[in-house]
Amino acid sequence: MEKLNDCCWSIMAFVAISVTIFAIRLLYVLYLTGKPSRTKSSQPLSTLVVLGSGGHTAEMVNLLSVLQMDRFAPRFYIAAATDNMSLQKSRVFEDSLVHKNGVKGSTARFMQIYRSREVGQSYITSVWTTLLAIAHALWLMIRIRPQVVLCNGPGTCIPLCVLGIRWSSVFYVESIARVKRLSLSGLLLYRLHIADQFFVQWPQLQRKHPRAHYVGCLM
Amino acid sequence: MGGTEDSVGLKRIVFVTVGTTCFDALVKAVDTLEVKQELSRRGYTHLVIQMGRGTYVPTKQSLGEDGSLAVDYFTFSSSIANHLRSASLVISHAGSGSIFETLRLSKPLIVVVNEDLMDNHQSELAEELAERKHLYCAHPQDLHQVIAAMDLESLLPYHPGDAKPVAKLINRFLGYPDD
Repeated sequence: MEKLNDCCWSIMAFVAISVTIFAIRLLYVLYLTGKPSRTKSSQPLSTLVVLGSGGHTAEMVNLLSVLQMDRFAPRFYIAAATDNMSLQKSRVFEDSLVHKNGVKGSTARFMQIYRSREVGQSYITSVWTTLLAIAHALWLMIRIRPQVVLCNGPGTCIPLCVLGIRWSSVFYVESIARVKRLSLSGLLLYRLHIADQFFVQWPQLQRKHPRAHYVGCLM
Repeated sequence: MGGTEDSVGLKRIVFVTVGTTCFDALVKAVDTLEVKQELSRRGYTHLVIQMGRGTYVPTKQSLGEDGSLAVDYFTFSSSIANHLRSASLVISHAGSGSIFETLRLSKPLIVVVNEDLMDNHQSELAEELAERKHLYCAHPQDLHQVIAAMDLESLLPYHPGDAKPVAKLINRFLGYPDD
């Protein structure tokens, strides 16, 4: 009987300690989120760019074209496995850099990620595909371990950003198409304090979400 | 923006684009007699429709002597930019890519909102830009009324923005000097 009691106590103690450690870790990460990195950077930072379809990629390329690309290297581009157009556009952008600066060979790499749910997919099968998408995101993040994550909307960015909270600075630019309400991805990253900096392109949105930075239209 | 209403002998093209979407309601709307009549009344001579993944096929029509509109269509093209450039009026779906590509070319634009989309956030952008007088916003069923009532001279040119403010904030956050 006493042995059983002991056993119970040690399990409870273990659980309590685990929860405490997790809570401290969570608070620490939340505290650090949004604080500028204190060390002055001089080394280039490995950068993960999450691409979405259509207008999303055009906005992202606009942003990349004004960032000093020597600071954000090497670059990893990720798009949904069903979206070939976006990676194609980012390749065109990388090629234009090579032409412009005569950079010897691009340091960019291009990858695809499973989507948790395709448009029109049933919810039952999407449980399985969501798990697959999360596992795939975890695998990619472990391989890349980016210092910077840039994203602007697609749902694919959620698992990548959540995992990125450990070792990356996460920057989220809400799409120009969002004037009055944040997208679901945007809302999650904002509410959960996952994005270190959160940008919106319309003043109405900034008034509703005071932690966001209003930066005007990117297009 | 705009131009003379009744230039005779000149090619004045209306280009309709649905991007990569399926937007039969728009293709059907521009294929109706009332929209085509309204367009020719306003001096347009050609109607070119990019119909994307839609299944509704409009009726082709060569330039009629009775002043009716010439109609042509295709599904996809790698030279959408050329079609936009040659157009005197663009009627587009509400995707931000098509909207800003057209505005950058300073072409008069009517954006038609697809009400069949589940998450219809796209109308937000079109409505905001319509409020700022950069374009007209319509729905498939009231397109002919918008064409009849539009005053292209009153549209204001759109000045494209850029990402410099974002880049500045990102650089600062990461401890890089701005320059």
